[in-house]
Amino acid sequence: MTNYLDFERPLAEIEGKAEELRAMARANEEMDIETEAAALDKKARELLVDLYSKLTPWRKCQVARHPQRPHCRDYIAALFTEYTPLAGDRNFADDHAVMGGLARFEDQPVVVIGHEKGHDTKSRILHNFGMARPEGYRKAVRLMELADKFGLPVITLVDTAGAYPGKGAEERGQSEAIARSTEKCLQIGVPLISIIIGEGGSGGAVAFATADRVAMLEHSIYSVISPEGCASILWKDAEKMREAAEALRLTAQDLAELGVNDRVIPEPMGGAHRDPQAAIKAVGAALGGMLAELEGKSAKKLIKDRRKKFLDLGSKGLAA
Amino acid sequence: MNWITNYVRPRINSIFSRRDTPENLWTKCDDCGTMLFHRELSENLNVCTSCGHHMAITPRNRFEALFDGGIFTEIDVPEPTTDPLHFRDQKRYPDRLKAAQRSTGEKEAMLVAEGEMGRTPIVAAAQDFSFMGGSMGMYVGNAIVAAAERAVRLKRPLILFSAAGGARMQEGILSLMQMPRTTVAVQMLKEANLPYIVVLTHPTTGGVTASYAMLGDVQIAEPNALICFAGPRVIEQTLGEKLPDGFQRAEYLLDHGMLDRVTPRTEMRDELITITRMLMGQPPAVAGDLPAPDPAPEAQPPEQPDKAAAPKTAPKTTPETPAK
Repeated sequence: MTNYLDFERPLAEIEGKAEELRAMARANEEMDIETEAAALDKKARELLVDLYSKLTPWRKCQVARHPQRPHCRDYIAALFTEYTPLAGDRNFADDHAVMGGLARFEDQPVVVIGHEKGHDTKSRILHNFGMARPEGYRKAVRLMELADKFGLPVITLVDTAGAYPGKGAEERGQSEAIARSTEKCLQIGVPLISIIIGEGGSGGAVAFATADRVAMLEHSIYSVISPEGCASILWKDAEKMREAAEALRLTAQDLAELGVNDRVIPEPMGGAHRDPQAAIKAVGAALGGMLAELEGKSAKKLIKDRRKKFLDLGSKGLAA
Repeated sequence: MNWITNYVRPRINSIFSRRDTPENLWTKCDDCGTMLFHRELSENLNVCTSCGHHMAITPRNRFEALFDGGIFTEIDVPEPTTDPLHFRDQKRYPDRLKAAQRSTGEKEAMLVAEGEMGRTPIVAAAQDFSFMGGSMGMYVGNAIVAAAERAVRLKRPLILFSAAGGARMQEGILSLMQMPRTTVAVQMLKEANLPYIVVLTHPTTGGVTASYAMLGDVQIAEPNALICFAGPRVIEQTLGEKLPDGFQRAEYLLDHGMLDRVTPRTEMRDELITITRMLMGQPPAVAGDLPAPDPAPEAQPPEQPDKAAAPKTAPKTTPETPAK
């Protein structure tokens, strides 16, 4: 069952009709519906191409948050072998909003870290909808230190609405944990690659995405604040999220222009959720490419270049 | 309409309203409501003389109280492009900027200066909450990088007074990128083994807390300052419950191990002198050894970036060994 977004309603109708026809044909073998169904398929395909070729920033937010979009665990399962989860921050708890551990990417040992949102009610609650608490960031710091010590590249998969705004999270130093994670990203002498696979929500995303290479999936977003949050503060009306999404310039394409991400990874037509395997494959190819770009760089050079990249980024603001 | 409504009532009202709005002479404490004589309040660094409530203080006034004789030299901050995203909400971003510049008389939300504090040479940066909520955009990022670079060049500690609602939304992702950028600035200081002391003032929240404001070697807060990542309103909405008294206030953070100290503004200067001198391996400050307060010059030209060490106002013979 595809989960349709509000703007996909006309598409849902056509695809529903085609599906209905085929169901009828299955029940009654004498019926010949193929030409009609094929025509509907063609129409649906055209509509899909039309819709997705000009997604507004707000619609991109909706696609980036699509519940059926492949999540961190799907990428890890498909792209990595020998994935060995490592848990805990050695202080307080293990945060399930952040998953990570040792794994092999094309036989090369790496450390992989990512936000996991969950895929059904039970797992969403377990993973706290991908919103990490301080323990999640402290686990990431620990894993980055491990990678640094043993010379393993770090790959982060970013997909979070933001760090969790909770009482306990605040008491245990949410802001300090995020700051330390960003700081650690800038200190490790191993390649650090970040891929924004869905939502890159503010500081909770920066803590993982302060990387040598940042890639974004075609319909992913990366922003200082959610469009809803921005709308409620600046427009005093959360319903103005479309305007806010437009103004914030949060799409992968806009951010590539500003130099925030180094590459945009194309998604299958209709978004990653329509063909997760194709999306995962594209991410794997991009990841291989980015790792190759960084191969052979010394620890010193990696750190120096990474710092320079972020010092230069947003020092002037680019001609937009 | 009669003689009473036309004449007597306005007269009576004006007598009472005059008492309510004292026009520069008196300020009402936000907390206890005591009327405070303006000069007395500013002499007490905007701390209520009756209840000790800390009211906002501008970076300029703070620096006048922090540096010896109120003398400091502003450090030039490279200017970023204005409004790179052409951001427009209900107002245009450049209009919001201009309004903030008019109301504060400052260029942007952070002031950076060098000078001496108890004859201890320092670089200081202070954020201005009255300027668009002190928000961190490219200018604030540039200011922190400039402060760190200057401190490293002069081999001086950096003292940073934070006050901000968070990142400046009108600069979108470019404001978010100030989080890693300012973290690089902090790393410059750490690698040069120079103290980086953060004084968190009311309020310090969001992306500012989650970057340079939480990475100090020593973390001091002013009493009752709100310090958090997500604000109390956001948390109340998420959890749907009331938060405990004093939640996310300086004393609460101190109790939860997130700060080194909570220090009243009136004692802050002495404490900063004590701490920086110890961290810089300098002998204790001698009481009474401070130079007589000179009248602060109106405006000083920003110093050339390559000009050597001490500002021109420094005394020629410094009793202690200079910092390494």
